[in-house]
Amino acid sequence: MDESNKISLFQGKKGNLIKISSISLEGVMRRRLLDLGFVPGAIVEVIKKSPLGDPIAFRVSQTTIALRKEESMKIEGELVNHE
Amino acid sequence: MNNSYRIALAGNPNTGKSTLFNAFTGLRQHTGNWAGKTVSLAEGTVRHKEKNYQIVDLPGTYSLFSNSVDEEVARNYIVFEKPDITLVVLDATSLERNLNLALQVLEMTKNVIVCINLIDEAEKKGIKINERILTRKLGVPVIKISARNKIGFPMLLDTIDRLVSGKIECNPVQTTYNEEIEEKITTIESKISNLVGNTISSRWLALRLLDGDKALLTEFNRRLVLNDQVRREA
Ligand SMILES: Nc1nc2c(ncn2[C@@H]2O[C@H](COP(=O)(O)OP(=O)(O)OP(=O)(O)O)[C@@H](O)[C@H]2O)c(=O)[nH]1
Ligand SMILES: [Mg+2]
Repeated sequence: MDESNKISLFQGKKGNLIKISSISLEGVMRRRLLDLGFVPGAIVEVIKKSPLGDPIAFRVSQTTIALRKEESMKIEGELVNHE
Repeated sequence: MNNSYRIALAGNPNTGKSTLFNAFTGLRQHTGNWAGKTVSLAEGTVRHKEKNYQIVDLPGTYSLFSNSVDEEVARNYIVFEKPDITLVVLDATSLERNLNLALQVLEMTKNVIVCINLIDEAEKKGIKINERILTRKLGVPVIKISARNKIGFPMLLDTIDRLVSGKIECNPVQTTYNEEIEEKITTIESKISNLVGNTISSRWLALRLLDGDKALLTEFNRRLVLNDQVRREA
């Protein structure tokens, strides 16, 4: 895999598609994120950034979910090109 | 037992559980307090083919790992109150997300019927769902309905009737985990089933213990103490 494509969800730009590879969180927060669809392999779209970049809205398995910086920084993936 | 059965409605938020509940129970509804907590659940009754069903509308959740009070209430009801049937209501337009909860319920209890609701919306969007393949893969009846338009109700009621009268049997698919986890399950599962008998799925309990679910143990202790009190007072 091309390492240069690796970014955190927090670094994503509006419209980016990111394929999740790892979630560096533990406990209930990790559980919650997995339940919401932030699982390795899932493709997440960056929908909207608020003016200060926090929180950020993502589209994940057909639902829009906003994450705080604390979480989005700890979810990594690779940029997927638009077809 | 008489001709009375309990059915719980579970599912993600906004999948139409209350719409189905209202369509089934009409004005035969009230709210009851459950599980010692001050969370009230709507209950109602429906009669079909000489049988009475008491239906409980559980809170909508994405998961049943007790990350929140709602999740805990729904989980406790399914595991400890042991309804005769758990109806899992899924949103046909968002199956991938919705199946997460369905698979969790299939690990918790045997008698499950999966209702794929909002089938009208799915058809508008051109989504086609083959419920027979899903039935085969999940090991429990899968029925397409539209709660708002009352579509699929005869089939659903009929399936409920056939399940409680033993004409069909559920065989819920169990998620297989990696080798390490499966080994650990095997190690503790028999000890667990010695303790709880077949009142609760020992595989599910083993998984929750491996996950370090302390809230579940607390709930267990609370219920054991309650049972003791009831026995002593009797
Ligand atoms: N098109 C369509 N809409 C439906 C159907 N069933 C329910 N709805 C709508 O979906 C929305 C949510 O329905 P509810 O019954 O409140 O959902 P719920 O599962 O009880 O939601 P929570 O209690 O929040 O978990 C409502 O606007 C319903 O009118 C259906 O079969 N088709
Ligand atoms: Mg509801």
